[in-house]
Amino acid sequence: MSDMTDTGPVLAADGTPLKRSLARALRRQKLRALMLIAPLLLFILISFILPVGDMLYRSVKNDIVSKTLPNTVVALESWDANSGDLPEEAVFAAMATDLKSAAAAKIHTKVGGRLNYENPGISSLFRKTGRKAKKFDLEAETVWKDELIKINKGWGDTDVWRTIQTYSSPITAGYFLNAIDMRVGPDGPEARPEEEQIYMKLLKRTLWMSMMITVSCILLAYPVAWILANLPARKANLLMILVLLPFWTSLLVRTSAWKILLQQQGVINDILVWLHIVPDDARLVIINNQFGTIVAMTHILLPFMILPMYSVMQTIPVSYLRAAKSLGATDWTAFWRVYFPQTIPGIGAGSILVFILAIGYYITPALVGGTKGTFISNQIAFHISTSLNWGLAAALGAILLAVVLVLYWAYDRIVGIDNVKLG
Amino acid sequence: MKVMKTLAATTALTVAAGAVAAEDMANELTLVSWGGAYQASQNKAYVEPYLAMNPGLTVIWDESSAEAVAKLRAMDEAKNVTWDLVDAVASDSMRLCDEGLAEELDHNAVLAPAPDGTSATDDFGDLIVSDCFVPQIVYSTTFGYRTDMVGEEAPTSVCDIFDTTKYPGKRSLQKRPIDNVEWALYCDGVAKDEIYETLGTDEGVARAFAKLDTIKDDVVWWTAGAETPQLLADGEVVFGSTFNGRLFSAIAEQNQPIGMLWDMQSFDLDGWIMPANLPADRRARALDFLKFATDTQRLADQAAYISYGPARASSAPLVGKHAELGIDMAPHMPTDPDNSGNIHVYDYEWWADNRDDLNAKFEAWLAK
Amino acid sequence: MSGLPPYASTGQRTWYYTFRVICGLIFFFLIAPIVVVIPLSFNAQDFFTFTPEMLRLDPEGYSLKHYRNFFSDSGWQAALWNSVRIAPVATILSVSLGTLAAIGLSQDHVPARRAIMAILISPMIVPLIISAAGMYFFFSRIGLQGSYWGVVLAHAALGIPFVIITVTATLVGFDRSLTRAAANMGADPVTTFFRVQMPLILPGVISGALFAFITSFDEVVVVLFVGSAGQKTLPWQMFLGLREQISPTILAVATILVVVSIALLTTVELLRRRSERLRGMSPS
Repeated sequence: MSDMTDTGPVLAADGTPLKRSLARALRRQKLRALMLIAPLLLFILISFILPVGDMLYRSVKNDIVSKTLPNTVVALESWDANSGDLPEEAVFAAMATDLKSAAAAKIHTKVGGRLNYENPGISSLFRKTGRKAKKFDLEAETVWKDELIKINKGWGDTDVWRTIQTYSSPITAGYFLNAIDMRVGPDGPEARPEEEQIYMKLLKRTLWMSMMITVSCILLAYPVAWILANLPARKANLLMILVLLPFWTSLLVRTSAWKILLQQQGVINDILVWLHIVPDDARLVIINNQFGTIVAMTHILLPFMILPMYSVMQTIPVSYLRAAKSLGATDWTAFWRVYFPQTIPGIGAGSILVFILAIGYYITPALVGGTKGTFISNQIAFHISTSLNWGLAAALGAILLAVVLVLYWAYDRIVGIDNVKLG
Repeated sequence: MKVMKTLAATTALTVAAGAVAAEDMANELTLVSWGGAYQASQNKAYVEPYLAMNPGLTVIWDESSAEAVAKLRAMDEAKNVTWDLVDAVASDSMRLCDEGLAEELDHNAVLAPAPDGTSATDDFGDLIVSDCFVPQIVYSTTFGYRTDMVGEEAPTSVCDIFDTTKYPGKRSLQKRPIDNVEWALYCDGVAKDEIYETLGTDEGVARAFAKLDTIKDDVVWWTAGAETPQLLADGEVVFGSTFNGRLFSAIAEQNQPIGMLWDMQSFDLDGWIMPANLPADRRARALDFLKFATDTQRLADQAAYISYGPARASSAPLVGKHAELGIDMAPHMPTDPDNSGNIHVYDYEWWADNRDDLNAKFEAWLAK
Repeated sequence: MSGLPPYASTGQRTWYYTFRVICGLIFFFLIAPIVVVIPLSFNAQDFFTFTPEMLRLDPEGYSLKHYRNFFSDSGWQAALWNSVRIAPVATILSVSLGTLAAIGLSQDHVPARRAIMAILISPMIVPLIISAAGMYFFFSRIGLQGSYWGVVLAHAALGIPFVIITVTATLVGFDRSLTRAAANMGADPVTTFFRVQMPLILPGVISGALFAFITSFDEVVVVLFVGSAGQKTLPWQMFLGLREQISPTILAVATILVVVSIALLTTVELLRRRSERLRGMSPS
């Protein structure tokens, strides 16, 4: 250290200290790399990350209650839900005030719809009361407790008030609890009744079936990729057309085609009956169940497995196998000990791709999966476009996304994301 | 000088072009419907005649009715509503009305009276289920069966669906609790007017699912209206529920061996709603079209293209023959007295309250 | 592997042929749906059903009406036109931005490399329905919903992960000394990129472009939300066809697309062979 100070810092050609010069070069290099990435990063942030983040925020957002019923929420704070008594008159008066202004703005049914997710029946309570609420005379000497209960006896139910109190905070865990088959009971979170538990089961099923699909893709893709990689280029390229063709056929058409093939009066059953392999009155049930989903999804995702495997296998010199054999290995040993280990990156890349894509599919399972072969994404789609419970859809989506991210992270750890190759 | 002239001329041209474009924009009407044969019937019965009367107007069809509530909600959040009139089923229109996404209409003021002077409200009667809703058609969800697969005795009761010994084979049902749980309770011996009371209790729901359990393994669940006709044509199912117009087209237009089972057909309505808070010019244009498209003659005309019953009482006598096949349409209408002996009208209010709850139970039951 | 050595044992022979048969079956599995779709597109009926007439090969059972419908129906034509207008632009966008970023990512010192990579890949890992709904709300708010550019941007975002993955993969094996050599000999960075780097990573870029194109061309979930009547693409029209009224026109369209793609892929292959011959390379 001491003799360094004597000679001074090492200088670069232009006279600046080398350390600084190197640091500057490094900075410039970093900057250049970032400049290249920046446009895309910005693009993805704006056109994708922000929208998705915005969507996922709905899974906890709950400001509708406190915005629509501001006075009630404040008045209810001191009420003890477990006392068994109805809230005091001040709360009812606050509710009357809130309902009147909400009904004028036509937003009372929205909050009713929100609370109905937690306590069925509240929707009509708000709707019916809302019709009268426009004419409430807030100046008059009214006992609102009696008045509201007279309009609808639902206001005399402590459970209704408990629900309003529980969901009055602008942030809620309610959707997430629902997404894991739980709900907020009188004594904190509790499991939903068994006949309403569905999402965890679906999530497990989604993961299990995606795994089955991935495994069958590996089994079918491996021989094909091998033959493509080892045939002369002319033949291989022609066969490659067969692999790529399904890609050019719309997903919807391919799914419909599988329906035509697999149904009980379908092509496969017809052929089996015609060949007398299967009796006509005992046709195979191979659609509208998990088997149907696995077959159709394997078909749809197979190219995503073949292409990465192929590109990896192409780089493995044939001489390795020959060398192994000339050293006395049997065909099997040569394959298993020499060839196979080198193809693992291809298998890994294909698997993660297929698994991640499979987990998010919903059109194909909806069409060929029946009741036992549908995925959690089907429920997300249902809540987005039919039941309109967007908060729950977002919560389910967030959970699904978390699962995928954990897998992605594990994959990156084990294989490295740079080793993913697509053709 | 020359340059200036050219510039001025170009500017003038551009402005003029812009004005023309604006003019075009101003004469657009965006209608949202379902696509397929139903939209085609609307197009022929009143959009084409209306366009002939209003040259310069362009109609843009958007086949988004299936996602109408979701999309209107988002449009409203974004304060950018691009639709002028939306074709929606009654339950959706009630939801939209409740949320303030559809405009409440004074039916007598904006709609044409019947030819004999009956007011629109009286002519439509209690089919105006919501203040925002202008009914067009009455359709029903009912069963079709394969005539060559039911043996000697054709089914006559909806409860034959639950009889797997008499009618073995698959049946297709819509993948939702509405209609199915009611049919199940009805066939389990619950009186028609006590169905919703029964469904209001946990035991009632369990009872409905227990009845559905008896045929669960024989059911193919559908989500799109086109599925049941395809399944019937393939012989994949013996029975299938779907919208009656789909069955009509499979029977009359495609000559499939399918019979109608009208017993306990579930009535439903379809009609127009207008998004709330439209700008004045678009609102006026939409209302003008609405008045024309829902008058007595136009609704009767629509029935020449599709077998859905016109929502106006005064249109019924005007229903004639199929526009291409030349057959009488009246006997194919769900509202025909021969078909509507025993019908089921579902309780919109009840379902609005209990839909989410029952959906969750239904989905859990399906996944079991 | 091509060919069996003359000294192969019986076991090896059996395995050799069994393996071929297995591969043949898998290839058949790959194209089975297409094999079904093509004859059904000539169905005289309006259902996806092999009628007895078709099985008897009776000409009565076949018809070209679904093809006629495709070419005469304005809805289908508009959908075709929209797909052709949207997919290539989305592809160009994702390929150009994606290739640049992949090159940036392959540099030595990129801060927060993993995080950036994860963000860029995210359109592939977020379930499609979530992306669709999110884009729908967000695009509505900024006025892009229901516009041509809204759909193009959404599709470009979905295609980007494929471009990133394929191009980074080719860059992993890229010899950096080549660009240094080019720079040494006086080429500016742009020239270096287009004359040296680009030709070498071109296979990756092309396959990325192919994936991105297919992603847009076959995408139905996002366009259903982000698009409006004016952006109705072929898959959207097909989706409506399956939902509202089953019509084998869908199958006719699929058949046309298959024929076009076979023609395209074969042309590419023939061109490749020709250029190899011209360059005096024998096919490996």
